[in-house]
Amino acid sequence: MATVSMTVNGKAVTATVDPRTLLVQLLRENLRLTGTHVGCDTSQCGACVVHVDGKAVKSCTALAVSLDGASVTTIEGLATNGALHPMQEAFREHHGLQCGYCTPGMIMAAVDMVNRRGNDLDEKTIREDLDGNICRCTGYHNIVKAIAAGAEAMGGKVQVRQAAE
Amino acid sequence: MYAFAYHRPATARQAAGLLAKKEDAKLLAGGHTLLPTMKQRLASPAHLVDLGACADLKGIERKGRNLVIGAMSTHAEVAASPVVQEAIPGLAYLASHIGDPHVRHRGTIGGSVANNDPAADYPSACLALGATIVTNKRKIEADAFFTGLYETALEEGEIITKIAFPVASKAAYAKFRNPASRYALVGVFVAKRGSDVRVAVIGAGEGGVFRWSEGEAALKARFAPKSLDGVKASAKGINADMHADAEYRAHLIGVMAKEAVARAVGK
Repeated sequence: MATVSMTVNGKAVTATVDPRTLLVQLLRENLRLTGTHVGCDTSQCGACVVHVDGKAVKSCTALAVSLDGASVTTIEGLATNGALHPMQEAFREHHGLQCGYCTPGMIMAAVDMVNRRGNDLDEKTIREDLDGNICRCTGYHNIVKAIAAGAEAMGGKVQVRQAAE
Repeated sequence: MYAFAYHRPATARQAAGLLAKKEDAKLLAGGHTLLPTMKQRLASPAHLVDLGACADLKGIERKGRNLVIGAMSTHAEVAASPVVQEAIPGLAYLASHIGDPHVRHRGTIGGSVANNDPAADYPSACLALGATIVTNKRKIEADAFFTGLYETALEEGEIITKIAFPVASKAAYAKFRNPASRYALVGVFVAKRGSDVRVAVIGAGEGGVFRWSEGEAALKARFAPKSLDGVKASAKGINADMHADAEYRAHLIGVMAKEAVARAVGK
C-alpha cells in the first residue's frame, strides 16, 4: 500500500491505496466523486477527463500515486456556490448532451480548450480539439455549439443565463 | 493490472540505482503505453520506477546548433515551447499532432522514443534530423538507435535523459492518420541540413521507422515537392493490414513526403 496526498476540488485529501489504483478509481471509489466516468478504460473516449494541475488528462491512464502533491479538478469542482460554471450552463442551454455519459469529460475538455486557446473558438478548432472525446450518441453538433458559447461566456462577454428565467 | 511495487525517485541517478537493484523493474514515463499494456495484462513488472518526479529529465533548451529536449518533456510542452517553435517548427508541429490534447499532457518524448512503436511520430523526427539519444550511460546516434519493431539499442538499466536535435535549415512533418484510431498510417519527416537531406518514414515499415533512400536521392538534387514526381516507394517490406495494404501505404509515403517538403519550403 502507498499513501497519496493531493488537492481535489480545493480540498486536501490523503488516501492509502494499492499502487495500481488509477486516478479515476481514487476519485470514484475512495472519494465517491462519481461524476467522472469510465467509458472505454483504454485512453480513447475521454469520459474520464479531469484536470491535473490545470491540464486535462485521462484519469483512467494515470496512477493515483504518480500524482502525489497534485491539484485535481473534477466536474464536481466546476460549479461555485450552487451556480453552474459557464461551460456547464452552455451545455444545458444548447442541449449539448443526449445520454449524458460523455458530458463530464466533454465539459472538462472544453474548459481545458478555453484555457489553452482562449475564448474565441471556431468550429474547426473545437472539432479538432475534441479528438480525445467520443460521444457515442454522436451528439457532436450541439456539443460544438455549446463549447463555442461556453468559451465566450467564460470570457464574460455573453450572459448565458437569460434574465427571463 | 497485476500488483507491483512503486518507486518514485527524484533524479535519473536514483532511478538508475533502482533499476539496477530491483529485479523485473520497468520505467514509467507518461504511462500512455505502459499503463494500457499493464491493464491488458500484457506486461506485469514487479517494480515500477516512476520518472515523473525526476526534475533533471525535464527542460527544453537551445545549445549552440542543437535543440536539446529533456526525456520527460510532454508532447504538449514540446508543441507549445517557443524554443522548439523557433529552432525546429516542424518538430513542434509533430508534437502538436500526437494523440489528442489530453494524451499530449501526459505522454513524453523519452517514453515515445524508448518504446519505438512503429506508428509513433517522434522516431521519424529523430532519424530525419539525425538526433542523438543521450542516456545515463552514453550517446547513441538515431541511425543506430532504432533497431526494429519496439526494439532499440537501449540496454538493461539504461535511461534516456535527453534528445539532442541538430537544427536543420528546412524540416517538416506530414502524416496520414487512420480516421478512426488517429494513429499514423504513414508519417514522413523530411529535413535538409547543408547538402544533406533525410527522409524518415513511420507507420509503414515492417521493421518500424526507416529512411526512404530513393526520396532522399531525389530531394538531394533539388529540395522541392516537384523532385518527388514519379519517385515511387517500393511496397516491399511495407506493412499491410485491414486498414491499408502495402501498395497503398507505399503510395502514401510519396504523397506525405511531398506534403512535408512543401511545408518545409513554405508552400
